[in-house]
Amino acid sequence: MTSTVTPDRGPMTSAVSRWVFNSRRIRRETIIGWLFVAPALLMYAVFVLLPLLLSIAYSFFRWDGITPATWVGLKNYQTVLEVPDLLGTIFNAFKLVIFFSFIPVTLGLVVASVIHRVANGRLGAVARTVLFLPQVIPLVAAGIIWGWLLALSGLVNQILSLVGLGGATRAWLGDFDWALPAVGLIGIWVLLGFCTVLLLTGMTKVDPALFESARIDGAGWFKEFVSITVPLLRYEIGVCFTVTVIAALAAFDIVYVSTAGGPGNSTAVPGIQIYILAFTEQRIGLASALAVMLMILVVVAILPIQWLSRERKG
Amino acid sequence: MRVARSELLAGRALLLGLMTLTVLPFISIFLTALHPSGTVPSGLDWPADPKWGNFVDAFNVAHMTELLASSTFIVLAVVPVSLVISTMAAFAIGFLRIPGGRVLLFLFVFGLTLPFGGIIVPLYYLERFMGIYSGRLAIVLPLIGLYMPFAVFWMRAHFITMPPEISEAARVDGASTWDLFWHIHLPLARAPISSLGILMAVWTWNQFLLALVLVEDPNQRTMAGALGAFQGHYATDVPLLCAGTVLILLPTLVLFVLFQRQIIAALLQGSVKG
Repeated sequence: MTSTVTPDRGPMTSAVSRWVFNSRRIRRETIIGWLFVAPALLMYAVFVLLPLLLSIAYSFFRWDGITPATWVGLKNYQTVLEVPDLLGTIFNAFKLVIFFSFIPVTLGLVVASVIHRVANGRLGAVARTVLFLPQVIPLVAAGIIWGWLLALSGLVNQILSLVGLGGATRAWLGDFDWALPAVGLIGIWVLLGFCTVLLLTGMTKVDPALFESARIDGAGWFKEFVSITVPLLRYEIGVCFTVTVIAALAAFDIVYVSTAGGPGNSTAVPGIQIYILAFTEQRIGLASALAVMLMILVVVAILPIQWLSRERKG
Repeated sequence: MRVARSELLAGRALLLGLMTLTVLPFISIFLTALHPSGTVPSGLDWPADPKWGNFVDAFNVAHMTELLASSTFIVLAVVPVSLVISTMAAFAIGFLRIPGGRVLLFLFVFGLTLPFGGIIVPLYYLERFMGIYSGRLAIVLPLIGLYMPFAVFWMRAHFITMPPEISEAARVDGASTWDLFWHIHLPLARAPISSLGILMAVWTWNQFLLALVLVEDPNQRTMAGALGAFQGHYATDVPLLCAGTVLILLPTLVLFVLFQRQIIAALLQGSVKG
């Protein structure tokens, strides 16, 4: 009996023990794997996820940051939607999208296709670098530089006077009607190069034979632009829109240094208003409600862009 | 290339025009910086008597030495730590494919579009509560956290392309997971890590909102944060403000010219992957 059982038991136990060993090994590896993730997850949880949850929590209270907070339910959200100056910041953010997004992407497409067609050599390389310059400097610096260019005695007015438009000169950033477009102009200056270079990189990935055959067929710049460039660059265009729309909706640096939201509230965007509400007016709850709305707004604006550019690509 | 001559000329003219518009603002502040301090010159005007001393004055009032040290310190504290911990996390999620990895990835990706303005208020109160407000850690720690979504996402894209066979030989030799990561995978990931490093260094150097809110003393801020404070003090003295701005821009511009190919490539890949 024993002699027949023993040889059977051998492989049995070793299979079991291998199974035990393997599951222990897998569990050990899982633990090690999670230990690898732990530091990143900890930093992310403490300094991003926790504040995010706190933002949502604060938004239901009236709080001055010092005395105990009082629960007000959705009242802060109601206030944001009812007070024109607060709701106006969201409208201003959307107006900035025109300048930070639509114009740089459209113009970027045109410029990139021009570089692609007429400046493949040295000029194209230099143009790439020069146009990209505004992208690497701090946005604050861009704001200060343009604050001076758009001032009463600044370069913009100097040029206007030079070409006989002296009557149009003004302190652009201090003008109720012109401040927002002027801030938008700064955004165009910063983002145009980024879009151009990104789209240009996309164009160089397109099979040159496509452009070549279009040109042999005698297609002009516009024909080539509409029928080849734009459709084949859907993905890159999507990326440009994603980056620039976030830059517009979440704008802070440029606006803070160039106008600080003024004159009046004509250039106030959510980022600026959150800062003012929280750190000068001590209305933490209201600031947080606006912050939560800003975060939702960004996600809602980005999702369709992502969806469109991905779907078309596939 | 079959491009008509007229189109060639028109296209090149357009490019030259745009390049001029891009560069003109830099020239304007540079020329303005050479005018006597306290005057209000016009936008583009070579001064009769260039005041090169303005740069020295701005260097002193802006505490440039302290600022350079402070910004460098912040970059050196943020970037290496972020690189190591995000690469580790991405290695576990993308290569080891740990259970729960998909959920983790989703959690990180969720933070990709988060505007800093959305969490700046609680961050301020959290830091007061933790007792790190206004020191250098006040900006270093949140930046590391805020970079995690992008950094993990970026490095994961590299690790999912690594074939599992790479580590099998090492496994047989009895190498631990850490050895595997440190001696085999880290050297292989040098290219995406260096692009990521460039990106995070530029973002940190240029970070304004966090510096403004979380660090009281402008001299302990990043370059961009200090520039904001400098503007607050010297807004009325245009030549001095311009001189300060030129100085603060200078390191970035020099680095850009030196490493332009890498920086442009990194910034572009960064947005495409994001």
